Amino acid sequence: MKGILRFGRYQMVLPFAQNDNTIMYINYESIIGLEIHVELKTKSKMFCGCYADWFGKSPNSNTCPVCLGLPGALPVTNKKAVEWCVLLGIALNCEIPEFSKFDRKNYFYPDLAKGYQISQYDKPFAINGSLEINTNQLINQSTNKPINATMKQLNNETMKKKIRIRRVHLEEDTGKLLHDVVGGKRVSLIDFNRSGVPLVEIVTEPDIRSSEEARIFLKKLYQIIRCIGISDADMEKGSLRIEPNISVRETSLRASVKQSLSAQTDIKIATSPSAPRNDTNDLPSYKVEVKNINSFSFTRKAIDFEIARHIDLLNHGETPIQETRGWDEKKGITYSQRSKEEAHDYRYFPEPDIPPIRWAESQISNFKLQIPELPNVKLARFMKDYQLSEYDAIILTDEKETAEYFEKTISLKDTPGVAGVQGFPGGGEIGIIPKTIANWIINKKADINKVSPEKLLKLIADQTQRSIIPDDELEKVIKKILLENPRAMADYKSGKENVLMFLLGQVMRGVKGKSNAEDIKQKLKLLLNLYPDV
Amino acid sequence: MKVAVIKIVTSSIIKHIAQLANLDLSDEELKSMSPQFSSILNLVSKIKKLDTTNVSETSQVTGQENVFREDEVDSKRILTQEEALSNAKNKHNGYFVVDAIFEE
Repeated sequence: MKGILRFGRYQMVLPFAQNDNTIMYINYESIIGLEIHVELKTKSKMFCGCYADWFGKSPNSNTCPVCLGLPGALPVTNKKAVEWCVLLGIALNCEIPEFSKFDRKNYFYPDLAKGYQISQYDKPFAINGSLEINTNQLINQSTNKPINATMKQLNNETMKKKIRIRRVHLEEDTGKLLHDVVGGKRVSLIDFNRSGVPLVEIVTEPDIRSSEEARIFLKKLYQIIRCIGISDADMEKGSLRIEPNISVRETSLRASVKQSLSAQTDIKIATSPSAPRNDTNDLPSYKVEVKNINSFSFTRKAIDFEIARHIDLLNHGETPIQETRGWDEKKGITYSQRSKEEAHDYRYFPEPDIPPIRWAESQISNFKLQIPELPNVKLARFMKDYQLSEYDAIILTDEKETAEYFEKTISLKDTPGVAGVQGFPGGGEIGIIPKTIANWIINKKADINKVSPEKLLKLIADQTQRSIIPDDELEKVIKKILLENPRAMADYKSGKENVLMFLLGQVMRGVKGKSNAEDIKQKLKLLLNLYPDV
Repeated sequence: MKVAVIKIVTSSIIKHIAQLANLDLSDEELKSMSPQFSSILNLVSKIKKLDTTNVSETSQVTGQENVFREDEVDSKRILTQEEALSNAKNKHNGYFVVDAIFEE
């Protein structure tokens, strides 16, 4: 069976369209929601004073009665963790409810010492948010899926899409399990160092339609988390973990009929192997959750694997089972974890050991002031302030470090022998334009990890101003400019040295940039002094 | 006020509860627990006799709100590995040991 991936939808050529002149299609659409867990980089754990930075410590050397769940130990909430959770909620355009509380989520699993996890159930810290993504983001490392390339060819404008955020809540991380054989017996080993580390969970609505959209969303979320500085979101250490929920539905049916339109009955046949739908919101009646994936590319692979699996089942007239699956990164497949299904009765109830949280309006508006410039705001500012295309701005703001480097270069003032950037303090009316610097960074003409912003400006100046007009021609232009600007000349002679920059700009324009600022300046000074008062 | 008698808690419900509590129950235990569960629930349901017309809903009795601590490490309370493992039935190389959890 052949499936063609196109814009996140799947088009299947059905095998039972047997009429020679009729080709039947069923269009499938994937429905994807994401749950993302992020470990916060607070100093201490969520409800006790152990280190939140658990990574690399010898096993069970970072625990206390609270995070080991010893009888009688009482949790006390880490203020910073709560504030950071709210900050993330605000950054994701969420409402921050005035009232919030923690709840107990009960289940038996050895990574949980207490027999319950302190989490949030019906009163999370943030609800009803959204995150806008560019669905044809132009930086495309993926080569195996043609979505981006196709879109780019068709339409070079960025397509925007809003992914709704259902909730952002706070909970505690669990201990870590290792599976091993000890004394000939298969056992699980537990390290509780991670137990109780603050963990934020972000849940999206099922608004994502392809693995590529999921990747773009995750990348943007990652940028925001890093931007507000609440987590390293280091996936290799497992501080950002992803759980996609996937289902597939049939969207439309097309029959391309060459001979007759009597294929009406065939269409009915073709419609039958579709997933039953939930009448209320038109979502499929099932979903499959893939647990704990720790990279964007694995997330994409797991989603693609599931979509193909569901389509295959649907084409055979079956509905995929609602279940939890694991991701096997070595084999590149998902596998059933039905053992976990039984325990999905969590019996949540309000955590009796922790009083609820109530925000004053002033506290919430205070949180809002703490949000730094977010990536999308920065993007808009780069386009406006530096006259860059959206493409350039996306690339420059993709990594915080690149954006900072670019802005540092723009703002340079005192680089010997080189005029700064036009329109900015270092350049004024002359100098390199921001677009040139952007091009150098984007096209990797210089390695920004090795070349300082000062050096970059110099490199650019050297290269762009190589085609320099001869001295006598430069002199001619300067004389002409001076004669045209007697007032400026007089000002200069009366001590207003800043006129020099104005004249420099005029000369630069006169030679169409085919000289360098330092040469012009020297020559200008010389000629100004030579010239008699007008 | 009349209190409704709760229906018999069936052994399949008890089985489910046992599973959630990670308990293995024999068929006999399941059978004997059925009337016990029912009578306990009936006893507790007497609380429904209380008139709560003027009592507002809450999940808290202390009346406290916003109890936080600052984000500081309290190294005095951190246990050593030996202390943490001191009550463990099985340990190995600094880890707690339990029967293998199969992830299928």
